Amino acid sequence: MSYSEKVIDHYEHPRNVGSFQKSDGGVGTGLVGAPACGDVMKLQIKVSAEGIIEDAKFKTFGCGSAIASSSLVTEWVKGKTLDEAAKIKNTEIAQHLALPPVKIHCSVLAEDAIKAAIADYKKKNGLEEDAAQ
Amino acid sequence: MTSLAAYLDYNATAPVRACASEAALRAMGVPGNPSSVHAFGRAARGLVEEARETVAALLEADPRGVIFTSGGTEANALAITGWNRRRFLASAIEHPSVLKARPGETVGVLRSGVIDLAALERALAADSEPALVAVMLANNETGVVQPIAEVVRLARAHGALVHCDAVQAVGKTSVDIGALGVDSLALSAHKLGGPTGVGALLLADPDAELRPLLAGGGQEGRRRSGTENLPGIAGFGAAAQAVMAETDEAGRLARLRDRLEKAAGEQAPGLVVIGAGAPRLPNTACLAVRGVSAQTLLMGLDLAGVAVSTGSACSSGKVAPSHVLTAMGEDDLAGSAIRVSLGWASEEQDVDCFLEAFGSMIQRLGAGDRQARVA
Amino acid sequence: MSDMTAIQGTQNSGLTQPIYLDYQATTPCDPRVVEAMLPYFTERFGNPHSRNHYYGWEAEEAVEKAREEIATIIGADPKEIVFTSGATESNNLALKGVAYFYREKKNHIVTVVTEHKCVLDSCRHLEQDGFQVTYLPVQKNGLIRLDELEAAITDKTVMVSVMAVNNEIGVIQPLAEIGAICRKKGVFFHTDGAQAVGKIPLDVNAMNIDLMSISAHKIYGPKGIGALYVRRRPRVRLQSLIDGGGQERGMRSGTLATPLCVGFGEACRIAREEMPAEAKRLTALRERLLKGVRERLPEVYLNGDAELRIPGNLNISFAFVEGEGLMMGVKDIAVSSGSACTSASLEPSYVLRALGLDAEMAHTSLRIGIGRFTTEKEIDYAIGHIVEAVSRLRELSPLWEMHQEGIDIKSIQWADH
Repeated sequence: MSYSEKVIDHYEHPRNVGSFQKSDGGVGTGLVGAPACGDVMKLQIKVSAEGIIEDAKFKTFGCGSAIASSSLVTEWVKGKTLDEAAKIKNTEIAQHLALPPVKIHCSVLAEDAIKAAIADYKKKNGLEEDAAQ
Repeated sequence: MTSLAAYLDYNATAPVRACASEAALRAMGVPGNPSSVHAFGRAARGLVEEARETVAALLEADPRGVIFTSGGTEANALAITGWNRRRFLASAIEHPSVLKARPGETVGVLRSGVIDLAALERALAADSEPALVAVMLANNETGVVQPIAEVVRLARAHGALVHCDAVQAVGKTSVDIGALGVDSLALSAHKLGGPTGVGALLLADPDAELRPLLAGGGQEGRRRSGTENLPGIAGFGAAAQAVMAETDEAGRLARLRDRLEKAAGEQAPGLVVIGAGAPRLPNTACLAVRGVSAQTLLMGLDLAGVAVSTGSACSSGKVAPSHVLTAMGEDDLAGSAIRVSLGWASEEQDVDCFLEAFGSMIQRLGAGDRQARVA
Repeated sequence: MSDMTAIQGTQNSGLTQPIYLDYQATTPCDPRVVEAMLPYFTERFGNPHSRNHYYGWEAEEAVEKAREEIATIIGADPKEIVFTSGATESNNLALKGVAYFYREKKNHIVTVVTEHKCVLDSCRHLEQDGFQVTYLPVQKNGLIRLDELEAAITDKTVMVSVMAVNNEIGVIQPLAEIGAICRKKGVFFHTDGAQAVGKIPLDVNAMNIDLMSISAHKIYGPKGIGALYVRRRPRVRLQSLIDGGGQERGMRSGTLATPLCVGFGEACRIAREEMPAEAKRLTALRERLLKGVRERLPEVYLNGDAELRIPGNLNISFAFVEGEGLMMGVKDIAVSSGSACTSASLEPSYVLRALGLDAEMAHTSLRIGIGRFTTEKEIDYAIGHIVEAVSRLRELSPLWEMHQEGIDIKSIQWADH
């Protein structure tokens, strides 16, 4: 399998690797995928009082495309409002990274991870959840 | 054995072209399995795909329709057992790899060596079950070229598929799979100066459904499992490239062959050129001198360092008369027929060598015959 | 030839990367094999079936000499060796050929779940055609249980097909014991020897093997050729798969490729002569690699029996690291995750699953193949490279983090996707 330069760049220099305190009220955590399927992504967002995503961190168990997809979205969500972040589509991720068809599911998982993190944040903070769907 | 004077058995196998053996040797230095995902595997895969495109280009085919096999025999077997057709019709002069691939009905040929189209049409019409028809592009023993376009037209009218064994034709005459109109076409690398052990089946429709002969890892688009013969395939590609680079090779071979036939006819006035009444490959001369045993001729020519053959190489060790000549109604000549076949490295001096040896044999045998009669 | 020289060059100069450690997928052709093949690629190009002239005789002689070498390495008679295009064809021919020949009397085959895909696919093909197939399970170490084998054989069983050495985990099945059971029960014993020939001593008579598939390119010979050993006494008969000119005593038609036959024979000769010393050398390299990795990384598991395996194979699971991601991380070494045929797919290896590994563990494995041109220096480099990549990817892995925090990953409700 050949990877695009962008995938290789994110794989070799992943952005925003790490974890926030899950219990922190301003943190939303999304954990998607399953080890049995070969991909697990943990994506965390730190949201400001104004509802802006100030920071994001990830950890991913998966192939290079999965690592790159999650690394990329941590960059993309920073500075966005929750609603803006929720609008990130897997197709944009796949296109940006030039993912081959067999790797599209990695971008789907990354989109799911953002949504799950937003939902978790909203749930914790008693906000309505429909925007995350 | 002394040095060889002339190799004139190209229909059995051709000398490997330097470009093909070089390509094969280079490929042998790539230690990867084309199915592996790492750099070595990708390098190997690249060689296979490059060769696939070249082989496709030679036949004006879609590269996706090229299935590499272990040779012409396997390519024929794959097509004939792989096409989903319960009924199978083949011309009586097909190569054994076609005739024995599965049980079926045979269609005779005319005395000229050309398939009896009327008989084919009757056979097609005799049963409403759609058939698979196998007709070779050119016969290996006589070089007679078959009217494939006509065969295809008749087959189509009866919903039949057509497989064409083009093993002998490719490299000696230009072949275009689309123009022929056949559904599949078998090729062999070593007949056109590539390495032995590799061939291909070409599908006119790359997406056609074909039942694989070899099950397993799913290589070659799930149609032919087994680790690809990387050096063989690379050599095949190089040989195909060399064929495409040739200009007027058919004309050159025809001139050599015609000179050989004309001069041999002068040496042996009773010489029969079998198949001469039909369109033939430019490289093949199937010659018989009535009353002179082919085995005697062969032995004498071999001692003079001239390599020719009787019938096809696969069966030349056997004593049975050629099924091709028998089908043409030439039973009485079958024991006398030798096949002289030229190819990419043949030159005027090869023809001279043959004529010298043949001429002296004919003279000696003529004397021998008279003595035999006296005794 | 440049890549070949590169591989040779590693022995006396610095390391050339990537380092080839995928000897179960294929092996580079030995330069001595190439040397032996050379003349048959060029001036000695005859068709070995041309009986009328010197070119043909010369080719035939070379082919027969090669056949003898192949027979010798497995203790067979040259007349029992049928050349094919490779082990895939040999396995297809053995299974389908025997099954169809004896189908009037018998209709049952016993094989193993961890066989190579071409054996399993041939069996599936036979099942669709009305045959019964029993797929024996394997134990955690990858070996079959002999009592289960014996119990699976019925009076309808025509053949037992058990691979000698597994291509992914390198374990060696108890061939002599299986052969004894088959002989006692009066059924044919076929073994896929593609990964075994030239690596472990084999004797078809001592082991009561009736059919054996062999591949040239797994033992530093050329690609595109293999063989099927078919016992003559008691005679095994089979229906040919590729018919035509009647070469190979009617069992396999098609013009023999003289250079490939010659290369195959030379590869067998070298493997046979060097086997004892080479086995020792490779075992030492294998143990060095395993020890080196284990000393520096926790949660590393060897798949397949630790003792009953060929010298040149390791299959290791690096828990909490995904195999494909790891493959990308160890780009300085060429290894595989799963078998070469299937590693492009996203399915975890069925061989590892058959050992009882759960899918997540199966996803974290690498197959490392060590062979003739592997050096100690390369092994040491590989150790460092693997340790570095695994450590880095574990830092990236949410599963590793959970494991560190003492969370049992199996206790989590994972969503399907």
